[in-house]
Amino acid sequence: MRNFSLSDQAFERINFIFVLMITLIIIYPLIFVISASISDPHAVNTGKMWLWPVDITFDGFIRVFKNKAIWVGYRNTIVYTLIGTCIHLFILLPCAYALSRKELIAKQFFLWFVLFTMLFNGGLIPTYLVVKGLGMVNTMWAIVIPGVIGAWSILVARSFFQQTIPDQLVEASKIDGASDFYLFIKIVLPLSLPIIAVMALFHAVALWNQYFNALIYLSDEKLFPLQLILRQILIVNEVSADSAASAAGSAQSFADQVKTASLVKYAVIIVSALPLLIVYPFLQRFFVKGVLIGSVKE
Amino acid sequence: MELQQEKKSLNKKSRTYAIKKSLLRNWQLYVFLLPALTYFFIFHYIPMYGVQIAFKDYFANLGISGSPWVGFEHFDRFFNSYYFWRLLKNTIILNAYGLLLFPLPIIFALSLNELRAGAFKKWSQTLTYAPHFISVVVVVGMLVAFLDPVTGLVNHAIRGLGFESISFLTSPDWFRHIYVWSGQWQTLGWSTIIYLAALAGVNPELHEAAKVDGATRLQRVLRINLPSIMPTIIILFILNMGNFMQIGFEKVLLMQNTLNSETSDIIQTFVYETGLLEGRYSFAAAIGLFESAINIVLLITVNQIARKVSENSLW
Repeated sequence: MRNFSLSDQAFERINFIFVLMITLIIIYPLIFVISASISDPHAVNTGKMWLWPVDITFDGFIRVFKNKAIWVGYRNTIVYTLIGTCIHLFILLPCAYALSRKELIAKQFFLWFVLFTMLFNGGLIPTYLVVKGLGMVNTMWAIVIPGVIGAWSILVARSFFQQTIPDQLVEASKIDGASDFYLFIKIVLPLSLPIIAVMALFHAVALWNQYFNALIYLSDEKLFPLQLILRQILIVNEVSADSAASAAGSAQSFADQVKTASLVKYAVIIVSALPLLIVYPFLQRFFVKGVLIGSVKE
Repeated sequence: MELQQEKKSLNKKSRTYAIKKSLLRNWQLYVFLLPALTYFFIFHYIPMYGVQIAFKDYFANLGISGSPWVGFEHFDRFFNSYYFWRLLKNTIILNAYGLLLFPLPIIFALSLNELRAGAFKKWSQTLTYAPHFISVVVVVGMLVAFLDPVTGLVNHAIRGLGFESISFLTSPDWFRHIYVWSGQWQTLGWSTIIYLAALAGVNPELHEAAKVDGATRLQRVLRINLPSIMPTIIILFILNMGNFMQIGFEKVLLMQNTLNSETSDIIQTFVYETGLLEGRYSFAAAIGLFESAINIVLLITVNQIARKVSENSLW
């Protein structure tokens, strides 16, 4: 018996080290970005800075905050995320609730109408033609409306309603003469705050992080969301984005520009990703819950 | 006879009456459905109707239904083009490579599950979930910064070890590794959630019994925990297969450049380029249709196999 417990102890230790290693590997890039954003770019570019900040400077952040394009992008992203999430809930919740109710006639038909979109879709080009045909190109609606709900979230919310809203409650209120509108707003919604939070969070994160719809539907820079601005700065052409940032200042030497480009780069990553990374640990249980409700097989 | 028939028609009448009554009483439920159904109709079913442009020569001024039919011309052209095999090969290899790493989150979940509940477990979960919330643009931006041949962290390390710098992001040989492993960095922690939930449901009596029989921890993990979550694993595998051809195209698009296109050109980026950048709508729609056809076939096939082999399937 002792032999076994000895090997179990070894197991426990090895397992602990394994998890620790994975965790460190995963968070190292994040720590590096944070440190790099407040380090002297020279130290970063020459490899002197590899874990903790070296020669701390907030120059990068100052440049980011002075950059008008980033601000506009930030504001756009916040607007798109808020409006998109509201529309998402407004369409999703009533539909999921109705589909969870027994009295609905032809429920199977409606469910399949929704589910079929999971199996087959028209694809990029036909969807693009529809959005274009509706005159949504180069407006906020092209970002907010396509993809506003999906079959998956309807199924998740529906199974939540089925599990938490007892039939007796619905029937009793109906006998008391309550209409479905009244019932939904006054009774069902207050009982469903967890699922509302989960759905809102998932959709908000997706909207905050998406760039592709903006890439194909928007050409007016004033409408660009943050991710598209980030793409310009981080991936497409870092130097020119930085020169835009410092356009107000005096002419810089090219080397100087390249140097600060990398500084702005890290600061801009922090500015864009930090809101989510700060908020997420507090909302972690909601996110986990969302994944789990979604995985329940009907 | 007549009486029966009368009864039947009466039944029928009363049924239609009941339906009418139910519709009248619950009309608000149908109003609830309306916005969602309208959305799906406009943004999913109309594009499905629009798929017919794959068999037509689409002209904007003629509209979808007015454009002339050309049959399989676009498909023919695509299948016979020199880039067809390259696109297909790249798409399959990239996705198969990603699928190869499918066991990693399972191993990590089994491992996390063996940790004693406490601060370390909680922290390692919170920290490993975090990259899931970072946008693809930022991830690719980080790759660009880290892998830079001159200033990048990775190349500093490589030079420090006495080797030459590698220009990772412009190299066709490196593209797949970078794409897949950076994806794994983002999703490893997050993917454990479902497995951990399944592991929480493992019957503790099994473990007690195995302990009495003298099974070691490792044996119990492999013989009890792993088989217990097998249904979850199979379902997730089927779902992954269903998305086989369409994983992470937005990231590929960001990582792609003319120097690595030999391996980074996949069907979806090609649809984007020909369709939206060059405006060859019909041709691009045909390629997109080809791709979703493969997807459906794959999903159904894997589901059938899973149903035969293990009784776990989506339907």
